[in-house]
Amino acid sequence: MTMVLVDIQGIKKYYNARAGFIAKERASVKAVDMVSLQIYSGETLGLVGESGCGKSTLARLIIRLDLPTEGRILFEGEDISKLAGKDLKAYRKKVQIIFQDPYASLNPRRTAGSTIGEPLLINHVYDREGRSLEVARIMDLVGLTSEQKDRYPHEFSGGQRQRIGIARAIILKPQLIVADEPVSALDVSIQAQILNLLKDLQKEFNLTYIFISHDLSVVRHVSDRIAVMHFGKIVELADNRELYEHPLHPYTMELLSAVPTSDPGRKKQHLIREAEATSGTDGSGRCPFYPRCPARFEICEKDKPGLIDRGGRHYVACHAQG
Amino acid sequence: MGMLLEIKNLSTHFNTDLGVIKAVDRVDLAIDEGDTLGVVGESGCGKTVLALSIMRLIPSPPGKIVSGSVFFKGVDLLKIDSAEMRMIRGKDISMVFQEPMTSLNPVLRVGDQITEIIKLHLGLGRKEAMDRAMEMLSLVGMPSPETVIRNYPHQMSGGMRQRVMIAMALCCGPKLMLADEPTTALDVTIQAQILELIGKLKQDIGTSVILITHDLGVIAEAAEHVAVMYTGQIVEYASVENLFSKPLHPYTVGLMESIPKIDAPWGRDAYLKVIPGAVPSLHNLPQGCTFQGRCAHTMQICREEEPQLKEYMPRHRVHCWLFGKK
Repeated sequence: MTMVLVDIQGIKKYYNARAGFIAKERASVKAVDMVSLQIYSGETLGLVGESGCGKSTLARLIIRLDLPTEGRILFEGEDISKLAGKDLKAYRKKVQIIFQDPYASLNPRRTAGSTIGEPLLINHVYDREGRSLEVARIMDLVGLTSEQKDRYPHEFSGGQRQRIGIARAIILKPQLIVADEPVSALDVSIQAQILNLLKDLQKEFNLTYIFISHDLSVVRHVSDRIAVMHFGKIVELADNRELYEHPLHPYTMELLSAVPTSDPGRKKQHLIREAEATSGTDGSGRCPFYPRCPARFEICEKDKPGLIDRGGRHYVACHAQG
Repeated sequence: MGMLLEIKNLSTHFNTDLGVIKAVDRVDLAIDEGDTLGVVGESGCGKTVLALSIMRLIPSPPGKIVSGSVFFKGVDLLKIDSAEMRMIRGKDISMVFQEPMTSLNPVLRVGDQITEIIKLHLGLGRKEAMDRAMEMLSLVGMPSPETVIRNYPHQMSGGMRQRVMIAMALCCGPKLMLADEPTTALDVTIQAQILELIGKLKQDIGTSVILITHDLGVIAEAAEHVAVMYTGQIVEYASVENLFSKPLHPYTVGLMESIPKIDAPWGRDAYLKVIPGAVPSLHNLPQGCTFQGRCAHTMQICREEEPQLKEYMPRHRVHCWLFGKK
């Protein structure tokens, strides 16, 4: 668990947004703003944050669906933004994604077998017969039956569709899987089945996961380490137990306090403070959490804090911890 | 505490090309004044159709309320004519929908949308209605109501829109508010704020709430009584404390075990318990108990005969053969 598989070095992704209808000045939305992160081979890194915090943008950058505005991402030591042609195709074999919505991410006119087998076809891995055998094997592995290969997506339930999405992602035996909210669209009883399947597959293929979710209970269940994102930045990064037992950033504490517990006797005190939503286009130099922070002081309004090492693989971006 | 709403033997069916679907199947349910009733279940279990049936908003055709009665303050809502129902809907019973993005009119200012209801139901003039709208908006925690009423929905965040929806639902002082997945589309921190708000308003105004959700965590936080639905039927009904401490129905037990808990063990070998299989299609439900294929305790009788929702303990009802024969 010590080899660095993905090394994200100071990446930024800005999107241009026009400030007004006719206005000339352009404001940029800092979807991902100076993120540095190492992902170790074989681990599950959980990425949590609320909608709009940049989790999915970061995922798109890692699988190279988008190129960063600044910074670079090294995969096994190689800068992925420089890849092209054959090398890029080879990279795509090693890195796969599982999408959130199993209804929207499958082509409705393709059979399950053809969707699952397409990566093999594109990469010329097997001949026709070999492909069909491999598709059957993988379908079996993810809990589908090979008789279902000629069915279309609408004939499957949500959980089964997500299994198709997972089968398609693992068929090329990738090293890294980015799972972008893989269970958010599923019912609770199905969610548990998919989470268990992901764990089994990780053992079987020694997969590395980047597991993106807004659900802190789910992230806690699957992750070895967890990164908390807020307005394009990682504000806290720590081992699973450490983060839940000793959260340092006020935003992490707020998130944890907001998770409903399944214990009606313990109606808890939420830490959430009301505040106007600040947008990612905020040009000021203050800490993005400043308007909501209960622990803010003078320097927080002038200076954005960077990640500081608090020891024991625990990092936090907060002046109060500096 | 008197009984506010009593649903008896309510069935709502939909006619489809593949046959009749029993979306809500012989539901009995009651809610007291000032109570919060949580209705929990997975997608397709009939929670939303139940709410729409109470509001008499079932699209017909294909849907039809085929039997039962819904007594609201002694009046059967299913028997009154549609003009009378219109006077109750939005005034005495109001509804908050799941999607704050799609349930507001995008081309009307927020103020106009709220005052429309106030003018209709309370007969106030434009000026008074605006004042009332602003009062409601500040009640739901909007920072500056006088600017918000001039805004269009797209100028607001999801949490703000949901507050507007709640303000609309509450502006005529309803006796009952139906909230259909009011926090599902929202982030956890916003969800916590909205749940807190619903709880606070309930205390201040005395409105009863039917809270429909798929999230047992939300139920634990906000409800006082809970009805668990499965394939259109209520399979368990209990107080929230009893449901979480002594769940009876195998489906309820399975649901509770399949949720990752924030304080449970974790790690590589921490597997979740699962309910095997999936919810059966409403087009072809098995004979007997509809949970039989997924249940670890299936007995001969479960395949032959449908259980009834029976009182097992005071105010704890369960729809399962494990708890007493006929």
